[in-house]
Amino acid sequence: MTTLLIAEHDNAHLKDATNKALSAAAALGAPVHVLVAGANAKAAADAAAKLSGVEKVLLADNAAYQHQLAEPLAALIVSLAGPYDAIVAPATTTAKNVLPRVAALLDVMQVSDITKVVSADTFERPIYAGNAIQTVQATDGKKVITVRTASFPAAAEGGSAPVESVAPAADPQVSTFKGEEIAVSDRPELTSAKIIISGGRSLGSAENFAKYIEPIADKLGAAMGASRAAVDAGYAPNDWQVGQTGKVVAPDLYIAVGISGAIQHLAGMKDSKVIVAINKDEEAPIFQVADYGLVGDLFTILPELQEELTKAGR
Amino acid sequence: MKLLVPVKRVVDFNVKIRVKPDGSGVELANVKMSMNPFDEIAVEEAVRLKEQGKVTEVVAVSVGPAQAAETLRTALAMGADRGILVKTDATVEPLAVAKILKKVVEQESPQLVIMGKQAIDDDSNQTGQMLAALLGWPQGTFAFKVSLNAGTIDVTREVDGGLQTVGLKLPAIVTTDLRLNEPRYASLPNIMKAKKKPLDETTPEALGVDVAPRLKVLKTAEPGGRKAGVKVGSVAELVNKLKTEAGVL
Repeated sequence: MTTLLIAEHDNAHLKDATNKALSAAAALGAPVHVLVAGANAKAAADAAAKLSGVEKVLLADNAAYQHQLAEPLAALIVSLAGPYDAIVAPATTTAKNVLPRVAALLDVMQVSDITKVVSADTFERPIYAGNAIQTVQATDGKKVITVRTASFPAAAEGGSAPVESVAPAADPQVSTFKGEEIAVSDRPELTSAKIIISGGRSLGSAENFAKYIEPIADKLGAAMGASRAAVDAGYAPNDWQVGQTGKVVAPDLYIAVGISGAIQHLAGMKDSKVIVAINKDEEAPIFQVADYGLVGDLFTILPELQEELTKAGR
Repeated sequence: MKLLVPVKRVVDFNVKIRVKPDGSGVELANVKMSMNPFDEIAVEEAVRLKEQGKVTEVVAVSVGPAQAAETLRTALAMGADRGILVKTDATVEPLAVAKILKKVVEQESPQLVIMGKQAIDDDSNQTGQMLAALLGWPQGTFAFKVSLNAGTIDVTREVDGGLQTVGLKLPAIVTTDLRLNEPRYASLPNIMKAKKKPLDETTPEALGVDVAPRLKVLKTAEPGGRKAGVKVGSVAELVNKLKTEAGVL
């Protein structure tokens, strides 16, 4: 009885999503091995070896895994799957891409986006944008599971597991990496930030995001997010989208500015500890989930907020 | 070349669903049903590729009850050429849907399958990847932009940090994300024309696929509620409360 956790990393660093998925993997009750598949990914493997509760780290270091393409990565995971009872990964875009491919090759029905481990084969997961929670029991011999990271605490350091090299699997050679546009930012990542300030369509432009939202994010050390409407309108990049089909977040403080609160958006942030809503429409559904609501024009309120935060020593 | 577009009939995205009081599932009686929004984007992309002359035929397929024929008619009204209904009243999980679609692919031999990245009912986000696995085809998931060439397709994907572009050998699977395109509304004349387009019917049994579920649904519950808090009168009051009452600043 062993669980294989697929690490999320960028070769040089282990991502926080791995620590959170480790908490879910550990809750299955079996020893956990972590697979780090990458290119020159020794640093990420060493970081995984330090996590508390990891028995062993498998490092597959090969150029084929540099960009986490689904076809070679799924082939690798399937080649290693034999001895494992469960294969677990954080529900990042990488694992959402790869893990169903693994599941199908193993003839297993994947359990997506679990929010709670009830027992080794029974899990809770949200359906209908989080408007219902299903409890499901997986009857397949092997379990293939993705984990909603916002629902689990990050496992801490405190281990010293051995790192073992594993051989690459044959690359199906049907896909190639052509390029990427990854935003470089000093800000915390959306999915691990303690504070998030998100803007909606009423911001009106990308310039206004920069003028009104950004200074407050700077003051608070916050990540910036956006509603789907704001992303669709081109006011914010797609990787800022919080919601049912974007990122699911649960920071200590979520500030929703000019966001009405469609169920698809609420699905992505309603587990935040404290929610603040700033909106000129006092009937906006966002106020039904907000701990603190402020009704008014965001273009007046945000500069004031900036001032008050300065006064408060931020 | 031929293109296959799988479409799913789901509860309309505007409907606020209700959980049945006995915990047995979600209330689906007398609820407005529509095509899964991500599948609409897939149909639109398929039809655009046909309009650009890069694709000769667009075949829409749906797995579901008799009423899923209406969803197929919507795809036909948007511009698909014909439909295939794989009729079943059973709950069909993504793995079984992928197995059914694999059979349809084997019969139809498309070079490209474009489908939604996830259905907004069970939010699984699996079927496209599973179909690619079963066929041994490459996959371009969460597509933001596609560029179809002779024998290959480039797919720019929405990923956590931004965008990633992959090159895939055809045949391939593409799953759509929100920004790929804005689906058209079917015009009345096209809705009338769609009624005359061919729509074949088959069943999972006829295709030789076992759809018995692998996940046992033990319970469906309302999510833990969140109560509305207080309205504050000023920014100063807000900052003060966040600092002293909530302790998050």
